[in-house]
Amino acid sequence: MGKRVLVVDDEPNIVMSLEFLMKRAGFEVQVARNGREALAALEGAPPDLLLLDVMMPELDGYEVCERIRQRPEWNATKIIMLTARGRDAERQRGLALGADRYVTKPFSTRELVEQAKQLLGVA
Amino acid sequence: MLPAGLVLLLSLAYLVGLFAIASWGDRRAEAGRSLIANPLVYTLSLAVYCTAWTFYGSVGLAGTGGLAFLPVYLGPTLVCLLFPLLLHKMVHTAKAYGITSIADFLAARFGKSAALAGLVTIVAAIAVLPYIALQLKAVSASIAVATGLSAEVGAPGLGIDTALLVAILMAAFAVLFGTRHIDAAEHHPGMVLAVAFESTVKLLTFLIAGTIIVYGLFDGFGDIFARALDAELGHLLDVSGPGFSHADWLLLTLLSAAAFLVLPRQFQVAVIENVDPDHIRRASWLMPLYLLLINLFVLPVAIAGVLLSGRPDDMTVLILAERTGLDWLVMLVFLGGLSAATAMIIVESVALATMISNDLVIPVLLRWPALGFAQRPDLSGVVLLVRRAGIVVLLLLGYGFYRLVGTGYGLVGIGLIAFCGVAQFVPPILAALYVRDANLTGAMIGLAGGFLVWLYTLVLPAMIPPDSALLTAGPFGIGLLRPQALLGLELLNPVSHALVWSWTVNLGGLLLGSLLATQSDLERVQALQFVDVYQRAGVTRPWHGEARVEDLRALLARFLGKRRADAALALDARQRGRTAAGNASADAALVQLAERQLARAIGTASARVMVASVVRGEVVGPQEVMEILDEASQIMEYSRRLEQKSRELEAATAELRQANERLRQLDHMKDEFIATVSHELRTPLTSIRSFSEILRDVPDLAEDERAQFLDVLVKESERLTRLINDILDVSKIEAGKMDWHLSRFDLDAVIEDAIAATAGLFRERGIVIERRLAGGLPEIEADRDRLQQVVINLLSNAAKFVPEKGGRVIVTSGVEDGVVTFAIADNGPGIPAQYLQTIFERFHQVGDTLTSKPKGTGLGLTICRHIVEHFGGRIWAESPPGQGAVFRFVLPVATPLARAAE
Repeated sequence: MGKRVLVVDDEPNIVMSLEFLMKRAGFEVQVARNGREALAALEGAPPDLLLLDVMMPELDGYEVCERIRQRPEWNATKIIMLTARGRDAERQRGLALGADRYVTKPFSTRELVEQAKQLLGVA
Repeated sequence: MLPAGLVLLLSLAYLVGLFAIASWGDRRAEAGRSLIANPLVYTLSLAVYCTAWTFYGSVGLAGTGGLAFLPVYLGPTLVCLLFPLLLHKMVHTAKAYGITSIADFLAARFGKSAALAGLVTIVAAIAVLPYIALQLKAVSASIAVATGLSAEVGAPGLGIDTALLVAILMAAFAVLFGTRHIDAAEHHPGMVLAVAFESTVKLLTFLIAGTIIVYGLFDGFGDIFARALDAELGHLLDVSGPGFSHADWLLLTLLSAAAFLVLPRQFQVAVIENVDPDHIRRASWLMPLYLLLINLFVLPVAIAGVLLSGRPDDMTVLILAERTGLDWLVMLVFLGGLSAATAMIIVESVALATMISNDLVIPVLLRWPALGFAQRPDLSGVVLLVRRAGIVVLLLLGYGFYRLVGTGYGLVGIGLIAFCGVAQFVPPILAALYVRDANLTGAMIGLAGGFLVWLYTLVLPAMIPPDSALLTAGPFGIGLLRPQALLGLELLNPVSHALVWSWTVNLGGLLLGSLLATQSDLERVQALQFVDVYQRAGVTRPWHGEARVEDLRALLARFLGKRRADAALALDARQRGRTAAGNASADAALVQLAERQLARAIGTASARVMVASVVRGEVVGPQEVMEILDEASQIMEYSRRLEQKSRELEAATAELRQANERLRQLDHMKDEFIATVSHELRTPLTSIRSFSEILRDVPDLAEDERAQFLDVLVKESERLTRLINDILDVSKIEAGKMDWHLSRFDLDAVIEDAIAATAGLFRERGIVIERRLAGGLPEIEADRDRLQQVVINLLSNAAKFVPEKGGRVIVTSGVEDGVVTFAIADNGPGIPAQYLQTIFERFHQVGDTLTSKPKGTGLGLTICRHIVEHFGGRIWAESPPGQGAVFRFVLPVATPLARAAE
């Protein structure tokens, strides 16, 4: 059974590209438009990986990350944070909150797919 | 009873011991290890206030008047609270100007006046005579009680009475003590040490005697007071009784406070002998403690005396000591009384003798050419001789007063006469320290007037029989002039009465004289030097005279002796790094030094005359006064400016802090702006890069996907371009670097153009646009393209937010009150009230994410606001609930003047 990826971003075009890339890498893809939708999606069946944008309305990425890491049953879910804000302090904050990777936009699609595969243990 | 020979022997032994202590103190001081540089010793020396009056007289008075003895100690206790202010300033001033006595102090302040110095000396000497008489009376009475000999009968074998014998002995002792040096300003450390020792002796003996009487003859305090009530002596415990009203309490307290400050001996120990002004602070609470202790047993002992011997008596302590049957206690009490009396007589006579020689005799000798004193090469011997003679004469006069009135009055009664006399110094002293405008005329009139009133109301009645016509009916039968009831004032006891009238006349004279007469130049200078002593002491005065160092040296040598004159000049030269030789001319500082040195020996007034004799040119003339006054106003001006400066500085600091805070805010905002811009740029870039890479990496992309992705690329590129343009616009406008192209035009035309430019967008989305243009609007003056940008921006915004179906936009224009108005209303979701202001801020986007509309740059409205405001207009948003959003702006109608200029 394929690994499941949840794409969370408020930019439709970015969601579209991520969805395309993840599907092409062989993952099942789910989409959320903001933090609240993302948490709702997790309640059903937690995905294996979250591609999480930071700057979002409603709940931002940090908040979502923090809440996920507070729930032991969601610990298995890997998180890659995607952000257009690339300052070091923000990166530190993201990792401290429990993100597994922190990727600055714009990113290399190859590397992103590579990292996703690595995290999920897919060769 | 003790054998008279033993009493005499022990007294002499005690005095010799005292002298040994004084010599020891002097030797230690000369060796630089002074024993008196100690606040405790200073306080004990101040206790010279407690004389035989305290030791014997208080008990005597308490036996009749009960608590009436207390004001004499309450006054000093209260004045001690003022010590750190009042006494500190007196000491500081006296030290700064080399003051030798209270006469010198006042004379120096009021223009170095010899006349005032003389007057003060006369007043002091006469006022103190009763006080000395009191001591003589007490000592001779104590000898009489201790030995059983009558004071009147006299000492056996000498043919004179004991009081005279005591006077002579005391005089000899005072001469030995106080006139070993000529320099009066120099401390008498030995004398001070001896006085401190005596204060200890009288306190301890009184406490020992009191304890033995209260616990030996009685069963303690409670027993005595209980028996007092049984014997109907309860009135002794009342605060006031017949002949002693509350007003008397107040006035006697005031009087004692005054005396504690200005009695010549108190001035001597408190001011002249003070070695360190810091001791004053400690003394201000130690002294009241001493007073409390020495008064502890007064009332019980007095009552004990009345209970046991049936009548009050000044010698009660001694009488009760005899009753205990302890000879050693009798001797101890006698010595305690003797120590109380000797301390007073020594210090008082030394202080007064200095005044008599410096301020009375020497000035006369110097100004009496026939005597040839002014030409004598060495006068130091003469000065010493005058002082010694002064002491002897003073004690003999005191003896005379004792013979005249002493027998009729109690100790306290005599003492209070003296208090009231010296209290006349209080008004001029306070004026000297705190009132710049008080002058010599006022001080002279006040002092003389107060003194005469004192003589008339207090001294005269003491010297004539109480039933004489003068006292009962008044002079020439004029009742209003009765000495003890002036102008019919009969409510007070004689001392309070005399105090009220003498102070009234004294103060009145001081005030009147100061108002009517003007200060001489020298007086004004001295007034400033005294009142502002903390700012001025040590400041070298300007001086335009001329003097030779050698002349000054010769002058000093005549009064101080050659050795000390040389030493003083050499020290000064060393301190100032110069040679003190030859014909060099002296500068102002050296002249002042000489005057101060001389003042110590012969007083301020005489010193000035002497220095003037060798100095050419006025030491102080109008010019110097002007300079000093100028300096005073400069100091004031300077401190005022300083204050202002510091206020300004404070304000500037606050401003800086504010500016700094603002800068930090701006810096933070800039950071925030850059981060936001970077975010806004990265977002479209991310899409562009991702899709480009996908197009590159995925050769087998479906055709529709390829088309869709390419479309995204184009749109995101456009968005990026818009963003960059907007950012450039905003930063240009905010930096004030925008090129504005001014022209005059009709707003309606601009609206039409903008609608035309966005027509495609509106058509595409099926939005109905309604024009409600006024037509014939007055022209406005602005940048036409920029304004069109504003309208297009608002139109695009509206188009973005109207519903997908049935979108509707209304554009309105009009004119009112000198402005052209524009409004655009849509039927979209509207704007939440809390965002109506903030939407005009950079990158503040509302609601975009709730729709699937393409994102704006977040800068459009910011740019609109900048443009409208640049042309003097205003832009805002309204959002009536449920009716969509309305954006409005107004722009001023172009002025006719501007039109004419075109």
